[in-house]
Amino acid sequence: MADTTLPPGTALRGHGSTPGAPAAPANRRRRTRRATSGSARMAVLLVSPTLLVLSVVVLYPTLMALRESLYGPKGLDPQTGFIRATEPFVGLRNYADVLGAAGDRFWNAFWNTTFFTVVTVGLETLIGVAMALIMHRAFRGRALVRAGILVPWAVPTAISALLWRWIFNSDGVANALIGRQILWTTEGFHAKVAVIVAEVWKTAPFIGLLVLAGLQVIPQEVYEAARIDGAGALRRFWHVTLPLVKPALLVAVLFRCLDALRMFDLPYILVGAQKNSVETLSMLAQNEASNVRFGPASAYAVLLFLYVLLIAFAFVRLLGTDLVGDGGARKTRGTRRFSLSRRTEVTA
Amino acid sequence: MKTRTIRALPCAATLVAAGLLLTACGSSGGSGSGEQAGSTSFEGRGPITYVAGKDTTGVVPKVIDRWNKLHPKEKVTFVQLPTDADSQRQQMIQNAETKSDAYTVLSLDVVWTSEFAAHQWIDRLPEQRFPLGRMLKPVVETAKYRGALYAAPASSDGGLLYYRSDLLKKAGVSGPPATWSQMKADCAKVEKLPEAKGMSCYAGQFQKYEGLTVNFAEAVDSAGGVVTDADGRPDVDTPAARKGLDFLAGAVKDGTIPKEAVTYQEEDGRRAFQSGKLVFLRNWPYMYALAGKSKVAGRFAVAPLPGLNGPGSSSLGGHNLALSSFARNKATALDFMKFFSSEDSAGTFLKEASLAPPYTRLYDEPSLVEQYPYLPVLKQSVLHAVPRPRVVNYGDVTSAVQQEAYAALTGAKSSAQALKDLQSALQKSTGQ
Amino acid sequence: MTHRLKWRNALLYAGVAAVVAYCLAPFYWMLVSSLRRTSDIFDTSLLPAPVSLENYRAVFDPSQGFTRALLNSLVVAGVTTALALLLATFTAYAMARLRFRFKRLILTVIIATSMFPVVSIVVPLLKLFTDMGWINTYQAMIVPSMSFALPLAVWNLTTFFRQMPDELEHAAMIDGCSRGQAFRRIIVPLAAPGIFTTAIITFIAAWNEFLIALSMTNKSAMQTAPVAISKFSGATQFETPFGSQMAAGVLVTVPLVVMVLLFQRRIVAGLTAGAAK
Repeated sequence: MADTTLPPGTALRGHGSTPGAPAAPANRRRRTRRATSGSARMAVLLVSPTLLVLSVVVLYPTLMALRESLYGPKGLDPQTGFIRATEPFVGLRNYADVLGAAGDRFWNAFWNTTFFTVVTVGLETLIGVAMALIMHRAFRGRALVRAGILVPWAVPTAISALLWRWIFNSDGVANALIGRQILWTTEGFHAKVAVIVAEVWKTAPFIGLLVLAGLQVIPQEVYEAARIDGAGALRRFWHVTLPLVKPALLVAVLFRCLDALRMFDLPYILVGAQKNSVETLSMLAQNEASNVRFGPASAYAVLLFLYVLLIAFAFVRLLGTDLVGDGGARKTRGTRRFSLSRRTEVTA
Repeated sequence: MKTRTIRALPCAATLVAAGLLLTACGSSGGSGSGEQAGSTSFEGRGPITYVAGKDTTGVVPKVIDRWNKLHPKEKVTFVQLPTDADSQRQQMIQNAETKSDAYTVLSLDVVWTSEFAAHQWIDRLPEQRFPLGRMLKPVVETAKYRGALYAAPASSDGGLLYYRSDLLKKAGVSGPPATWSQMKADCAKVEKLPEAKGMSCYAGQFQKYEGLTVNFAEAVDSAGGVVTDADGRPDVDTPAARKGLDFLAGAVKDGTIPKEAVTYQEEDGRRAFQSGKLVFLRNWPYMYALAGKSKVAGRFAVAPLPGLNGPGSSSLGGHNLALSSFARNKATALDFMKFFSSEDSAGTFLKEASLAPPYTRLYDEPSLVEQYPYLPVLKQSVLHAVPRPRVVNYGDVTSAVQQEAYAALTGAKSSAQALKDLQSALQKSTGQ
Repeated sequence: MTHRLKWRNALLYAGVAAVVAYCLAPFYWMLVSSLRRTSDIFDTSLLPAPVSLENYRAVFDPSQGFTRALLNSLVVAGVTTALALLLATFTAYAMARLRFRFKRLILTVIIATSMFPVVSIVVPLLKLFTDMGWINTYQAMIVPSMSFALPLAVWNLTTFFRQMPDELEHAAMIDGCSRGQAFRRIIVPLAAPGIFTTAIITFIAAWNEFLIALSMTNKSAMQTAPVAISKFSGATQFETPFGSQMAAGVLVTVPLVVMVLLFQRRIVAGLTAGAAK
């Protein structure tokens, strides 16, 4: 059962039972069944509105898109000069074309997308966590600064892309600052740099804010216990703070990854359409759709969807104990035990 | 049995929602079948909409008001789309894909006509209802698909060569250049002047976007080549086309065109020209009034675009009015289109919004020429203009053009290679 | 000791200054550009000279309908956030506190739904809503916005709720609170920073949505602020209305931030009041 498999070395440590040991799961299952009778009904009640809304909003259009991806573009009837009224059913040919005939473009976009995601989310995580740690300290005007870091995230994407296009113009302020004329919007690595700078600026606060919120809900005693215990700042961060904000951080990173993988507006507006250096998978899907080839467009979208789904699965695995399985509660308990035991040690 | 399933499936896919099946089947008797598109009956009177990109001048509402006062029972509502042309096209296509009757009269960019006509998103129009004879010929051509009229020309646009008349005069050049080599020679003379220090010779719109297609097509046409022939077949891998592209690529290479010009759109070039960085600039007429208020006011003039062996030819801009196939009240719509594209309205648009008219006579009217001194030059430009490729999948064609022209301009490919690749890309996308 | 404290303080403020500079420098450029005249919009000087409100006047020109658009955005983003938070709170509570099967699957499904590229779902949605007669309505913008707002809210709230100790809740239930009361009185106040942050982030995501809002409306009275901004134009078709776009950017950003500033203490305080301390 998917629910009970836990990533190694996380939750069950400190419980005196190894994963897969026969006694523990059997025991849990009995407990679960007892709990299920009441809470399962409640869970259904609580979860179904969300699922209902999502299926109306997303499931229907997604299924339509999946189906659409099996149809080719409408052909032109050379006799009349009109586009035929129906789209031919082509099976998986759109996918074959995307990976075969248009393969170069697809893989280029695939690598661009991956590169942007890895680099921007990596940088955003570093900057965001640093922001959160600084903001978590008490200082005068913290509320003001906290609201201030919202600014980049609050600027609409299209506007921020325009702003950066302006900044990276051939005689814009970026070139004035570095004292050289770099043509940022031409093909080349510098175009990637421009997109990364703009994207990281805009979305690092997203991670920063969520991590900050994660920090704020950590009970103060946990730090104090660790501090009194004589742990240095770095050790405290690594062994106390980081594990505790990990769920919030990972969820923030997950959503950033999903967004970054679908990145569209920023490279499109900042650098321009059809620039090989910055073309992403979403831009390819958009390009096909805008040329009224909804079938191939959907095929791109489905492939992107599968890619994103893969990443999401990886995260759900990674987060499993913190978020999903019953292990999560145990982990919190485990940490609390850590703090409590430290406290007893201290008072002793 | 098998064929029936195959035919049934795509039908369901296009109609999608169950409810649409009804409406779609209902309408298919009327305008659905292509062969009868010419005989669409324009029936129904009542309120309609006019759909166009954001009005930049405030004149459109004024003209619509004039109509609404005259026809209180057939009111026109102005639906404004985003300023950016791609979004406009996307919204119009979405409207057509859902067969919505929200849009009645569409203001189409001239290059969209073929696509909209071939998809039967717009109705074929009766030619006798519009005074096409009084319009400039190349402009009327942009409104046709396979010889039939699908739109009413409403406005036009052509490229002009802006040049620094003061510097040319000082350098002892008698008039604007007619050929590219003259232009280069003029620049060489101008650049010897002390006040021309650091200036570049020429620029156009060379960023990878629609403007590059315009400039590329102009270079090819001005060298005697074509992008697509009269039947819409690509024929760009020719010595003449090569001379055109060689001019642009060579000019970037030898510095005649400054290297930052590969990031230029209309406004970037205007800014460079106005701040005295350029001797020559290819741009649209809109710039005339703006430059007249800038640092170079009174020190510039316009001329037709130069070419390889004589005056070159411009690409055509502008907008046409088309009638959405899915609209209601088509009788009103047709009347409104006639009104909105009339010589009278075109005169208003020229006077108050400086939109180039499709009507020949207006270019010669003395009071207008006084207001817009560039009109006679523009008339020449439009008269010798060549429409951009008129193909159904214009989006693919312009993408391919931009891809290859940009590669040649930035030195990533030789002109010969770029044209060869372009020819095969165009054959693929227009081949069907 | 005091020496070290001083150093640490200095370091902290240096860090704060760096964060603020990083976040606000590009925004400063936006502000400066919005205050330049159209004719000197290309300047790279650090201060606009002369300062001009021309762009702001252009934004509020009645023909742009920007005030109405702001109001529409407020309605759409506000309702989206409220609905998403409400539904997500229930779901996240179940995810964090209840034992039931298929939890992992459900969470995956929830996030999977937010992943399909918007460009690909907009045409089917448009067809659906056209049939339902929803074009030019708020719900046509709010319901699709739930597709990204709801997963975001569910996932975030789940992590925050999970961080709450369940002993407190159990204790409250032993004291006679119902599950619901225990949740409202114990968990919600404790998770307040998380809930508030989730609300802000959801609101902003909905506030900035463009493609759906553009496609679902064709009346200017129903358009949202991002759609209105996309219709800004220069004096001619080629002129980019950069100044007024930047002014509009400032105008949609600053109220949001001010609102957060005003509310954050009050809301967090309000939610925290009554928390077990």
